[in-house]
Amino acid sequence: MKNEVVILVAEDDNGHFALINKNLARAGLHNQIVRFADGQETLDFLFPTNDDGGREPHTPYLLLLDIRMPKVDGIEVLSKIKQDTELRKMPVIMLTTADDPREVERCHRLGCSIYIVKPVKYENFMDAVLKVGLFLSVVEVPHIDDMGGPDETS
Amino acid sequence: MMEKVVIIIAEDDEGHFELVKRNLWRSCVDCEFMHFRNGQEVLDFFNGKGPQSTTVQDSRYILILDIKMPKVDGREVLQTMKADPQMKKIPVIMLTTTDDPEEVQRCHEIGCSFYIVKPSDYTTFMEAVASLGAFLSIGGIRVPCFERKPTTV
Repeated sequence: MKNEVVILVAEDDNGHFALINKNLARAGLHNQIVRFADGQETLDFLFPTNDDGGREPHTPYLLLLDIRMPKVDGIEVLSKIKQDTELRKMPVIMLTTADDPREVERCHRLGCSIYIVKPVKYENFMDAVLKVGLFLSVVEVPHIDDMGGPDETS
Repeated sequence: MMEKVVIIIAEDDEGHFELVKRNLWRSCVDCEFMHFRNGQEVLDFFNGKGPQSTTVQDSRYILILDIKMPKVDGREVLQTMKADPQMKKIPVIMLTTTDDPEEVQRCHEIGCSFYIVKPSDYTTFMEAVASLGAFLSIGGIRVPCFERKPTTV
């Protein structure tokens, strides 16, 4: 993964975000990390309605997405992303406490890249994020242009 | 992965297949591995046809997919799978020598989970596969169950 890839982290829990941030760095990633504390903030960034803030065109993004978040939950965020012809290219990694086969099925149908249940034990959670970070350093991430729209075919 | 998962490697190059399998197996010792040498074999398998059709019908799969392969290439396999209401939920990781940014864009548009370019250097290639193996060994990874179509006689 190239340095210009921006890692987006949608996570309402401060402790979890700190752990994710720390372990991605421990994996040797020096990418910019942008955090959103709920689903609405995530959507506001991805689908900006004015010129103030929001994502940059022609930039590669990757999203770590929690499910249980205030205002708009992660499944709705995932669904909106994968319905957009441009944004759907962005890899979305679900990182959630929800260990429910129906949610796994739903997220994979919507088009998440992978679904990871947050390990309960602190050390295991650290180790999981470290492995995610090391893996991300070998993947290619597409850039996202500004012109997208709803997918008419689905 | 805590659940039993079948890792399918679609790779026509025997040397690459051995390298990938050996390095994945180090981390994913509990996984079952399957090998297909072209895209048609992959599609046949998921459609319940061909020599592998007698194996378990219900399982969890992750597909590691090369692009340049005989008969049906990897991109066409990806396209067919992601257009199918059932097959679309199977995670597909591209592992290919093709480093063309256009191909990276296209495969993500179609719906690949991740795209890895095979490093030309042997040691770096091994390390990349080891990272993939460590990733797939994360205990919290969950893959949906896929029911292969029943064999038609």
